[in-house]
Amino acid sequence: MTDKPWPVPNADTAPFWDGCAAGELRLQRCTACGAAQFPPRALCAQCHGAAPGWEKSSARGRIVSHTRVHRPPSPTFKADLPYVVALVALEEGPRIMVNLRDSVAEAPRIGDAVRIGFDPPAGPHGIALPHAVAADAP
Amino acid sequence: MTRRAIITGAADTAVGEVPGSSCMGLHAEAASAALIDAGLKPSDIDGVLCAYSFTEPHLMLASVFCEYFGIQPAYSAAIQAGGATGCIMAMQAAALVEAGICRHALVVAGDNRLSGLSRDKAVATLADVGHPQFERPFGVTIPALYGLVAQAYMHEYGATPEHMAAMAVNSRTHAARNPKAQMRKPITVADVLASRFIAEPLRLLDCCLISDGGAALVVSAADAARDTAKRGIAMLGTGQKNTHEHLIAAPSLTAFGCRDSAAQAFGRAGVRPSDIDVAEIYDSFTITLLVELESIGFFDKGEAGPAALAGALDLGGRLPCNTHGGLMSYAHSGAAGGLFHVVEAVRQLRGEATGRQVGDAELAFVHGDGGILSAHCSLVLGRQ
Ligand SMILES: [Zn+2]
Repeated sequence: MTDKPWPVPNADTAPFWDGCAAGELRLQRCTACGAAQFPPRALCAQCHGAAPGWEKSSARGRIVSHTRVHRPPSPTFKADLPYVVALVALEEGPRIMVNLRDSVAEAPRIGDAVRIGFDPPAGPHGIALPHAVAADAP
Repeated sequence: MTRRAIITGAADTAVGEVPGSSCMGLHAEAASAALIDAGLKPSDIDGVLCAYSFTEPHLMLASVFCEYFGIQPAYSAAIQAGGATGCIMAMQAAALVEAGICRHALVVAGDNRLSGLSRDKAVATLADVGHPQFERPFGVTIPALYGLVAQAYMHEYGATPEHMAAMAVNSRTHAARNPKAQMRKPITVADVLASRFIAEPLRLLDCCLISDGGAALVVSAADAARDTAKRGIAMLGTGQKNTHEHLIAAPSLTAFGCRDSAAQAFGRAGVRPSDIDVAEIYDSFTITLLVELESIGFFDKGEAGPAALAGALDLGGRLPCNTHGGLMSYAHSGAAGGLFHVVEAVRQLRGEATGRQVGDAELAFVHGDGGILSAHCSLVLGRQ
């Protein structure tokens, strides 16, 4: 499955992907205005302050939307069909995209509490993609 | 006050599956037809705006077109803003002629997306608009991204699958009156709801077509428009708004830039939504059109669906909308898709929309949306 569109980390995003590989969801926080930020950038998109810092996220949030995909973007995703893509608003504020796993994927609802976990590292850059499971999953 | 730009030529090619077509061939055919419509020669054109292509992509598509067509205009540029490109090219052309930089600007787009690419390749290329690190790895497609908008919008405003289906049915009702449309067989709400899921809650008939086709406009300075063949159509107001590119970074999942873009265009034209006689609004998916109708101010939140079910978007309704059949039933061939809406608005305002004419249409509204409701451009057009 190496032909999936694996992320290629860059200077902005490497700390995020390093965190995922270590089992830790990381977000940026602006040292000037305090805004939490995702996706990562070289500056704060709120106050335009330079060099936001990194912190460990609670990795908890709520589903703000979801879709079960039946027509994949490319044949490499066919084996996963149908799969659920969700937008999760983290407790810190930013929104991330993940696939839903386990029970929460069966009948997801907007507002469901979830926590972020990680797939085993895979692909040419050893990427551990984040996913979401029910907040009370074992 | 600036004398407003005039659309003096508007045309499109055959659409749907056009055997033997090429991307640049469609550009040239649409451009020639728009020049004939305007009563102008290629040498009259001193500005060219192009868009982008999937089948013949190039870093400098306007230069590629000018070389192919055999003109050397004083000004040319290519613009890329997804589905908003058609309206943005028209807005930019208006700015060029109003600023005195050009007299007659040609706006042209086309692609043979259906015959020149496999369906799988077209879907894969479109999915590239997702964020390469934070969206695409999760298997998103454009329908999935709009499915996420649909789910959130249904949750917040009570829109239903029937309300969305009404948008597709309306498009097909209009297309049935248009002999050029790619899909003309009438459909019902039940047909839409019985079609297979693509990305829930969106089904196959909630989605736009993939087509071959090209379209072009000639936008002229007010004084130059006197030399042209037909009644000019004035560009009374234009507006734009961009709030994000990727859905993960959108300020909201239910409120988008179409509101501000339209408000700017209405303000510059000095008219209100209720003054509009006919609307041609970007409809890549049923949810796209529903959100835009309610955000732009044509309907209150939660009302566009029920109104469409009652015929409000049909001829004789409160707001005849997408009278050519739109992207879901007329055709969608890349940036030309958004230009088809502009071409149809011109035809309606000239009284040329045989078999589907909105009676005495004097004011038209056109809207384009690029990305995931990311980039918006609105035009208010009027009979001179
Ligand atoms: Zn800041």
